[in-house]
Amino acid sequence: MAQSNNSIKKILTVAFALCIVCSVIVSTAAVALRPMQLLNEELDRKTNVLRVAGLYERGIDVEAAFAEITSRVVDMRTGEYTDQFDPDTFDHFQAARDPATGRVLSGERDIAGLSRVENYATVYLVGDDPDNPEQLILPIRGQGLWGLMRGYLAIEGDGNTIVGITYYEHSETPGLGAEVNNPRWQAQWEGKQIFSDEESVTPAIRVARGAGTGEHQVDGLSGATLTANGVTNMLQFWLSPEGFGEYLAKFRAGIDQDEAQEADVEFEAEGA
Amino acid sequence: MADATPKSVLTAPLTKNNPIALQVLGICSALAVTTSMSVSLVMTLAVIFVCAFSNLFVSLIRHHIPSAIRIIVQMTIIASLVIVVDQVLKAFAYEMSKQLSVFVGLIITNCIIMGRAEGFAMQNSPKLSFIDGVGNGLGYGLVLMFVGFVRELFGSGSIFGFTVLHPVQDGGWYVPNGLLLLPPSAFFIIGLMIWIIREAHPEQVEENEFKMKHNTEPKEAV
Repeated sequence: MAQSNNSIKKILTVAFALCIVCSVIVSTAAVALRPMQLLNEELDRKTNVLRVAGLYERGIDVEAAFAEITSRVVDMRTGEYTDQFDPDTFDHFQAARDPATGRVLSGERDIAGLSRVENYATVYLVGDDPDNPEQLILPIRGQGLWGLMRGYLAIEGDGNTIVGITYYEHSETPGLGAEVNNPRWQAQWEGKQIFSDEESVTPAIRVARGAGTGEHQVDGLSGATLTANGVTNMLQFWLSPEGFGEYLAKFRAGIDQDEAQEADVEFEAEGA
Repeated sequence: MADATPKSVLTAPLTKNNPIALQVLGICSALAVTTSMSVSLVMTLAVIFVCAFSNLFVSLIRHHIPSAIRIIVQMTIIASLVIVVDQVLKAFAYEMSKQLSVFVGLIITNCIIMGRAEGFAMQNSPKLSFIDGVGNGLGYGLVLMFVGFVRELFGSGSIFGFTVLHPVQDGGWYVPNGLLLLPPSAFFIIGLMIWIIREAHPEQVEENEFKMKHNTEPKEAV
């Protein structure tokens, strides 16, 4: 028995048959379950939009809550809304690759490590009046230490005060870089100011090394300097005129002094 | 194992011949996935499933597996089952699969499963092998649940996500022990557990492989 089992012919037959059977099982499982997985990913993305806006609670109906949010596609070069694309199906990656809707980034302009970027983006508006929203939720992405990090940044209607940040897809080291999704770290972002003054178009917000001081800095993550640099870089990119700068400018123009002071007081109370 | 009966095969791995406590296998994943009990439970179910079915399939074709390629044949079967489990989790328990992340994939490298396929399923009937797989999965799960219980209770003050000890962050009185949320704490817990089990079953204590020499007198330099 053992002799015939070890003949070359038998070895090849067994190996071949096994591979066929296993690959059929694996591919059947992958193909059959794909639609449900995509549904889950979509739900997870929506959950993250709600979470970054502070609207998510355990057990809520995500679809219903998400329906309250208005999604629009923005032309990032002008900062105006466009109806050229359907916000529900607009694909950022596709748009970045297509020469008609994306452009090449190179050298110093490519601080987030994207190499290509789209000219349009889906933004989510929270609040009853989409023209004067309470919150803007912007998609952000950029290179972390190990790969692309994709997430959302929520900003108040003044176009300057951060509400929250979250990542729904990243491959950072668990326990170090992956702490970007630690609620305690994320909580620090609330109330931080993006720009140092009303005229500035260069974002001042950054992740500090060590403890962050002031209204433009967030504490670094110990052991995750490179991930933190990635976060800083992608914010610097997406909030600059290359990204959502033009779009945010419209909201910043509408800001009046009282609101700004109110935001400051709120921030200090939290710091204490 | 000549007198293996279905019952002994199922129950022996729970305490008498526990894969983690006696054979000290599968420690790596026991450190990683035991921060909360629900994660431990899903991991346990996944391991029981993979271990039972890999044993079953290996045993079914054991007379046809050429000994030259038997390890890779077992590996292929195990890997296919793990991929199926991973896909199912992604489809039906997305949140959980995100928390388990790479550790579902790493079931492939779990020594318990490979060890049972090679050590038991290659010599026994499919029925016995299947039960042996379930038993070993349960034995692994038992330890996982115990470690998960201790870590979640004292690390986050909850069991299965329900608050038992009200932590200070939420205005309660209990100061959670942060160490228990970190992987090294599982080493301590498993170590203590093995100690207790071996106190109760002294026959499990291994013979010393080497005898330590008493300190020798330092010789004079020549």
